[in-house]
Amino acid sequence: MNNRSLILPLLAPLLLLGLAFGWLLQSNTLNIFDSSAPPAEELTFETVYLDADGIHMKMRAGGSEPMVIAQIQVDSAYWKFTQTPAGPIPRMSSAWVNIPFPWVRDDAIALTVVTNSGTTFEHEIEVATPVRGGLSGSLRAQTLLGAYVGILPVLIGLMFFPLLRRLAGPGMQFVLSITLGMLVFLLIDLIGEAIEAAHESAAAFQGTTMVLIVAGAVFLVLIGIGRRHGTPSGLALATYIALGIGLHNLGEGLAIGAAQATGAAGLGAFLIIGFTLHNVTEGIAIAAPLVRTKPTLLIFAALAILAGAPAIIGIWLGAQAVAPQWTTLAFAVGAGAILQVLFEVAAYIMRQRSDDKGGTDWAIIAGILVGLIVMYVTGLAIKV
Amino acid sequence: MLLKININQTMKKYIQKAVARRDLLKGGATLATGTIAGWLGGTRKAWAASHSDEQSMQPKMQHDHSGMITVGDVDSSFNGFDPSELLTDWDSGVVTTNAQGETIRTFKITAEDREIEIAPGVTFPAWTYNGRVPGPTLRATEGDILRIVFNNHGSHPHSLHFHGIHGASMDGMAGSGLIDPGDEFTYEFKARPFGCHLYHCHAFPLRAHMHKGMYGAFIIDPDPSKHPEHEDVAKSRLRGSPENTNWQELVMVMNGFDTNFDGENEFYAVNTVAHHYMKHPIRIERDRPVRIYLINATEFDPINSFHLHANFFDYYDHGTTLTPTLKTVDTIMQCQAQRGILEFSFKDFETGKYMFHAHQSEFTELGWIANFDVVEGGI
Ligand SMILES: [Cu+2]
Repeated sequence: MNNRSLILPLLAPLLLLGLAFGWLLQSNTLNIFDSSAPPAEELTFETVYLDADGIHMKMRAGGSEPMVIAQIQVDSAYWKFTQTPAGPIPRMSSAWVNIPFPWVRDDAIALTVVTNSGTTFEHEIEVATPVRGGLSGSLRAQTLLGAYVGILPVLIGLMFFPLLRRLAGPGMQFVLSITLGMLVFLLIDLIGEAIEAAHESAAAFQGTTMVLIVAGAVFLVLIGIGRRHGTPSGLALATYIALGIGLHNLGEGLAIGAAQATGAAGLGAFLIIGFTLHNVTEGIAIAAPLVRTKPTLLIFAALAILAGAPAIIGIWLGAQAVAPQWTTLAFAVGAGAILQVLFEVAAYIMRQRSDDKGGTDWAIIAGILVGLIVMYVTGLAIKV
Repeated sequence: MLLKININQTMKKYIQKAVARRDLLKGGATLATGTIAGWLGGTRKAWAASHSDEQSMQPKMQHDHSGMITVGDVDSSFNGFDPSELLTDWDSGVVTTNAQGETIRTFKITAEDREIEIAPGVTFPAWTYNGRVPGPTLRATEGDILRIVFNNHGSHPHSLHFHGIHGASMDGMAGSGLIDPGDEFTYEFKARPFGCHLYHCHAFPLRAHMHKGMYGAFIIDPDPSKHPEHEDVAKSRLRGSPENTNWQELVMVMNGFDTNFDGENEFYAVNTVAHHYMKHPIRIERDRPVRIYLINATEFDPINSFHLHANFFDYYDHGTTLTPTLKTVDTIMQCQAQRGILEFSFKDFETGKYMFHAHQSEFTELGWIANFDVVEGGI
């Protein structure tokens, strides 16, 4: 094929597409779709925080036409506000709104934005707590909290390593299967969180679809990287598990930070203990593939940081009240990473028993169930 | 394990059920952060720093009402009517006399769909009489023969249903003046009883036709010759009489608008535009008495109310009596279609702003709040 013979097959479909668009824009034939029906309106409260100047909120516009914020109610009363930039908010763009509202600490605040058509969009601040600016002072406390719920428990979990080494074949299969069960639990949990966050973000981001696409892409890329030199095992596998759990902990940190920032959650001491217990089990999961190797203490430390430190970053970011689409993205990346680890651990377990005769392996089934149950039960402590 | 959702949902329940419980947990949050900081070698300083930061984060705004109002102002030229002018915009019709010497007043009312601005920047697809909400204030004298020529230029069947005395064929229901788009009907009846009345569309669903804006004031002044026992009062009520000219008469129709179709009003007002009389106070000459024809056309809420600051008024429920039905009150309430006349004076008062508003805080804060600007002058 010479260059010329390529031109027509390439141009023809593009030309037709151009003609189709031109016809749509020129003619009124398809106007039935946007006739007299009012334009679809969509406004998302992306970030809301309180400070000495009152209420601040970042509003993102969706819908078919630019959105006009006409009036704003705070607790069912109209209040003056300023908007930057002023004027209609184009689709997918955002604007900051400031309401000089004399809020009262610990009160619940109901926000209602009224657009030019009289459509309303609501948001509730569950517990009025000041953020921003006040955060810098507690950065150190946040870091310590992140280390406490992230790194420390993983280290404790890794300390089960000598115990794990003494396990014989079926015992090892059992422990690895526990890891598998835990990972399944984390995957379900993360996808649930991701989709939940997706619902809070502007519709135009197509949150749920984004979650699945990002998770799938991350999974494929990590599988590709992980298998450059054959299927991962030993330290490599442990590292991937640590990475997956780390991304999961990033999401966990985001949640803790956001909960504190918005004042939605009172993070009582018993909740922190719940988290810590929960994360100890993650340390065991990382240690399991290492039993046939001789890792140094430095490696353990590195693994603990890889798996735990993202919790600190998560708390920092979460406290800054990141927009829900970024939270969604972070959760989706985490889900993809967990999926890769899940896949590799399962493959590892199957390789271990490839010399078996087949038939039901109760150690594996029991392990998976124990893993799921342990995560669920320690999760109960967090739910309270 | 991610806790955001669990805690959010749990917390919501806590907030709804027990505030005390919430406070306990919140206390725990500060405690936990502080405690961990302490455990892990941090000092209490971190906690103390963030705590004092939070103190300085408390809002510094004044707890006054200056910020609690809609932003901007409504474009009266877009609306085609100005609430400040509606107050005194009486439509006395075209007057003729018949062979018997009776006064005939002919009014023209046209129903039309029209987008109106009910609060700054917020438009509402209204159904109107003569392009305005409330519709024209019809004013007649007891005993006049009224002819109201009604044209329906709207997109739905509409009618005029008068709160007054009339025959069954003039009631504004199906077969008695409920007409299709493009049709015309003339209502004819005698003006009685005297009082402060209203008219509204009685097409069904009534709720929709009411809240879309199809209502207006219908005032019948007493004929002094028929009320020798209270002739002076009757004369003061009769528009155009020498005794009446000293009065500052205002018509106020209390209404609300549900802009998001949730069966609750997002905006409340007198004469449609939320906060209009806060931004444009009603000028009152101190030494001249004030008479308000007050009508409640609010849909969705069972009652509305009127409260006057710093002063008291006499109230004539329905305006059908020449002696007050309530003396010396500062708050009255009205169910939908209830109405009455308020009479008061600022004579000997300080000049300045005197507020009046619904005494349901919700209505007040959603737009039904207003000011009189009492200035020197009068007699
Ligand atoms: Cu009607």
